[in-house]
Amino acid sequence: MNFDFSEDQKLVQKTARDYLDEQSGLDVCRAVLESGKPYDTDLWKGIAEMGWLGVAVDEVHGGAGMGYLELVLIAEEVGRALAPIPFASSVYLCTEAIQRFGSPEQQKKYLPRLAAGEVIGTGAFFEGPGDLDASTIELKLQDGKLDGEKWPVPDGDVAGLAVALAQDGQGRLSMVLVDLEGDGVTKTSLGSIDPSRSQAKLRFEAAPAEVLGEAGHGWDQTEALLDRAALLLAFEQIGGAERALEITKEQTMGRYAFGRPVASFQAIKHRMADLYCAIEIARSNAYYGAYALSNDLAEELAVAAPSARSAASDAFDLAGQEMIQFHGGVGFTWEYDCHLFYRRAKALSVALGSPAAWREKLVARLEAREAQ
Amino acid sequence: MDFNDTPEEAAFRTKAYAWLSANAKLRDPNEYVDMLGEREDDAAIQAAKDWQSKKYDEGWAVLTWPKEFGGQGLGRMENVIWNQEDAKFATPTNIYTIGHGMLGPTIMAHGTPEQQKRYIPNMARGQEVWCQLFSEPAAGSDLAGLRSTAVRDGDEWVLNGQKIWSTGAHYCDWGMVVVRTDPNVVKHAGLTYFIVDMRSPGVEVRPIKQINGGSAFNEVFFTDVRVPAENRLGAEGDGWSVSLTTLMNERVAIGAGAGAGRFKDLLRLARQSRMNGKPAIEDSAVRQKLASIYIRSKGLQYTGMRTLSALSQGATPGPEGSIGKAVGGPLAQEIASFAIEMQGAAGGLLDEGSTPMEGMWQNAYLSSPGMRIAGGTDEILRNIIAERVLRMPPEMRVDKKIAFRDVPTGPPGS
Repeated sequence: MNFDFSEDQKLVQKTARDYLDEQSGLDVCRAVLESGKPYDTDLWKGIAEMGWLGVAVDEVHGGAGMGYLELVLIAEEVGRALAPIPFASSVYLCTEAIQRFGSPEQQKKYLPRLAAGEVIGTGAFFEGPGDLDASTIELKLQDGKLDGEKWPVPDGDVAGLAVALAQDGQGRLSMVLVDLEGDGVTKTSLGSIDPSRSQAKLRFEAAPAEVLGEAGHGWDQTEALLDRAALLLAFEQIGGAERALEITKEQTMGRYAFGRPVASFQAIKHRMADLYCAIEIARSNAYYGAYALSNDLAEELAVAAPSARSAASDAFDLAGQEMIQFHGGVGFTWEYDCHLFYRRAKALSVALGSPAAWREKLVARLEAREAQ
Repeated sequence: MDFNDTPEEAAFRTKAYAWLSANAKLRDPNEYVDMLGEREDDAAIQAAKDWQSKKYDEGWAVLTWPKEFGGQGLGRMENVIWNQEDAKFATPTNIYTIGHGMLGPTIMAHGTPEQQKRYIPNMARGQEVWCQLFSEPAAGSDLAGLRSTAVRDGDEWVLNGQKIWSTGAHYCDWGMVVVRTDPNVVKHAGLTYFIVDMRSPGVEVRPIKQINGGSAFNEVFFTDVRVPAENRLGAEGDGWSVSLTTLMNERVAIGAGAGAGRFKDLLRLARQSRMNGKPAIEDSAVRQKLASIYIRSKGLQYTGMRTLSALSQGATPGPEGSIGKAVGGPLAQEIASFAIEMQGAAGGLLDEGSTPMEGMWQNAYLSSPGMRIAGGTDEILRNIIAERVLRMPPEMRVDKKIAFRDVPTGPPGS
């Protein structure tokens, strides 16, 4: 047994960290948050040139042909930097969907463009508030045309391609690919608690779409896709949580009250220790998920992904909250960076459905596994 | 990243399993083992000694000890594999955890060649059993505040005082004790470490009755116990640094995997119980809690595997190991508490034949507070994580620069 990343994989991670330290300081995140721009275009071009958009894409399709163990480590670094780019939408949702379910033609057509960053992809699953429910999907697919709405769609205002979940009028769900630059698509930007990342509403009126994967298998495919995305996003959350912990620690070390560093009080130390434990519990669950994903162990991933997702959401949420609390009053100012983490943490924790929904999914799958 | 055994590990596992199946019976996997439970009787101690010498003679004892000390010179990974296979069999109680895991390595690190020659082989073969005599009524988390004394008298030392929470002291031959030899210097500097013959005149062992009814621990009283000077381990006044060697090994021994492993039973209980007019397993609050417990249990298990991977690649055990106990202790209590609540009014019973699942959750509930205290309280573990992993400042100490005799104490008996 060796439950660790290889030296080569760690080198990939270090390269990513060095690059983002240089190119994606928190000022870059803040600039997007304050400007109302949807994302940082220079950073997006830069990481495309670094090959990160195609880390797990085959070389024949323009990718780097590495694998998921490399991709999860890059995800951790993207999360750590609070990078203001549509990485998750394009890579974990759209690229993954096409890799996993696309026909050879679809893969040949779309993957090289996604891997090069020429087109931004996203996933359009939700239709308003509440968790995803197979019985309430209204987006209609008929004769290769889509009608209806999807929201919130992450990066929907800048994406050129979306994978979406639609129904055919008889309750059969299919996963579809839709060109967001094509006819019949209206994009409306939506405000967000985390304006460093953009959100949109997509309206489809007879928008041409093609089935991705098998018609009528949309729900199962979506579940499988969201599992993979959940695990990758968990790594982003862990990266963000760890950075928040580090910054918070430095703040408490330098700040004095009652004649001693704030960091020397047990009231602070014990909660920092709890935060550390929460992050490590999330990290260990996520590592197991990475092992399952990279070895294509679908049954293991079905349990590991919601576990990692739930633990990482808890950890990052806690990190964002404690970060402001331990900074004291300045933590509540616009000027300090705490709110960047606080916002990103909450936004990510619901990005693929509520944490409670992921926990429910976990228990249902554990029950099913016990019954076998 | 690979969860499977390497070919070498697989071969070792097969070999270990084969030896165990030739020498022991398989354990009933549903049997509940209470870690802070029954007090071993003479027959159990003899069975443990016989088993240990058999293991030693056939090359399956003290696997990680160096060969020069009678060990097998194997790595931590092999030791874990052995423990995993051993757990499948109904083998006698292991009364050597403290000796082999903590005290032996301390003698190897700090003992004279004569001491090593005298004590290590008998410890390895299990003919002499050892206990640790560290904690005192007034010195638990603040171990260095201990008050038992040793005063030199010619070529002997005379020990007086009281130790507490000594596992197995009632059947042990030897004890490792740290006592105060100089109250006129700061507290950490006045300690010395000794090896004590537990059958010396003046040593009295009394069992402690725990809240779960068991008696795994003892109080040990020293009244003018005479210890030969050659039984001092390390230099006079070096007791604290020698103790740290022992305690560092304790974290490795205790840290692994507390709290995990009962999830299947919990799921079974949720199916059997009814809550809010339906099976508990259908209640969404129950389901959310099950998920949360599963995630933390698995998180601990995988954290242990990450640590093991690092150790097997040559890392030394670090303070990161504290997480297993910091999270696992409270989790075990939370699980037991939740399970009792799922049983409704009958959850309050502890009655043979009437309590659901033979009272395993009730017993676990009564044992679990001990897990949050023994070997480092929840609070001390959080200090360790904050100070030694996160490198936050240590506690402010009012006893740091003054002689031990001037350190403030509470009223007698508190």
